[in-house]
Amino acid sequence: MSSVFTKMLTLVRGSAREIGESVVDANATRIYEQEVHEARNAVATAKQELTVVMAKATQTAREIERLKKEITRYEQLAVEALGKQEEALAEEVAGKVGELEAELDEQTRAHADFTVNVANLKDLIRNAEARLREHDRELAVARTTESVYKATMTISGAVGASGSKLMSAKESLERIKQRHADMADRMAAADELDQEFGHRALDKKLAAAGIGDTSDRKAQALSRIRQQHAARAGKEGT
Amino acid sequence: MNHVQKQIEGLDALVSSRLGGVSTSMQPVPGDMPVIQIVVDGYESLPIYLTFSDAQCLCICYLWTEDEVVAERRGALMEALLDLNISVPLSSFGRIGRHYVLFGALARDSAVTDIAQDVVALLDNAVDALDAFADYLR
Repeated sequence: MSSVFTKMLTLVRGSAREIGESVVDANATRIYEQEVHEARNAVATAKQELTVVMAKATQTAREIERLKKEITRYEQLAVEALGKQEEALAEEVAGKVGELEAELDEQTRAHADFTVNVANLKDLIRNAEARLREHDRELAVARTTESVYKATMTISGAVGASGSKLMSAKESLERIKQRHADMADRMAAADELDQEFGHRALDKKLAAAGIGDTSDRKAQALSRIRQQHAARAGKEGT
Repeated sequence: MNHVQKQIEGLDALVSSRLGGVSTSMQPVPGDMPVIQIVVDGYESLPIYLTFSDAQCLCICYLWTEDEVVAERRGALMEALLDLNISVPLSSFGRIGRHYVLFGALARDSAVTDIAQDVVALLDNAVDALDAFADYLR
């Protein structure tokens, strides 16, 4: 029995296929699905048949038991008749025993047939179930492969339609690394900016409120210049 | 598509929250397949695609194409991918046609939180993979 995977590998590898090609012949798959469906129905029918045959086997077994008891009983009755010198009666009973034995033979043959039939049906069902499981698996693998290929086709189509192509791995990796480096840089810059700008913003606010040493720098400078000027004028005056 | 949309409702917010608030967008890709594109801010070049089939939900990230592989290092790349595959958390390497991919597979009825976890893992793994395999690529 060739494995499902081996079959699928042959299919997938066949003629170095390209995306877009159908992996599994859709028509063949449909026929196959139909076969599986029919096989499943056949199994269901076989199971019903099996219950009927098993019931018949039980019935014949019961009948055999009954006939055996009857034969024993009539034989005893015939012996009793002989004991009472009832030759004719004994003969009649013997005739009845003969009939019962013929019937027993028939039932025994029927029972043997039913028993063989039950064994055959059980074998048939077991084999069919195993085949169905294999077919189901095969179909599942085929359908998955088909859907993966179709999905890839859909994706390629969508990427193609958007004007871009599927990026190469190196470009892709570069882009991701770049994005992450950019993000790290941006975060660092934002951090720096926040610290710097945050300080200045605070200083500005403080200055505007007339708080801190930068608030009246002009006035302080002017007063310093005036002092220097006054000192120089005083020296020149002496 | 409707049940898909219902299933992944809030996925972008969950991914974003797992990434510490990085903005994440999610949009359907037009086409015959239910495909959702997820783009995380800063990783625009590595979109993640969600696709749904009968049995599973696949999160796929396209890494590189056959054309990008350095020819003489191809064998070594394959071995490296194979060696690394089992160790990569939640994601596996694969190839779709000529595209090398990293993907995560989840049950079809997975909870949106599980899908978010897979998407985030896939994104981290994809960046790592691009870095790790850059030497094998042109």
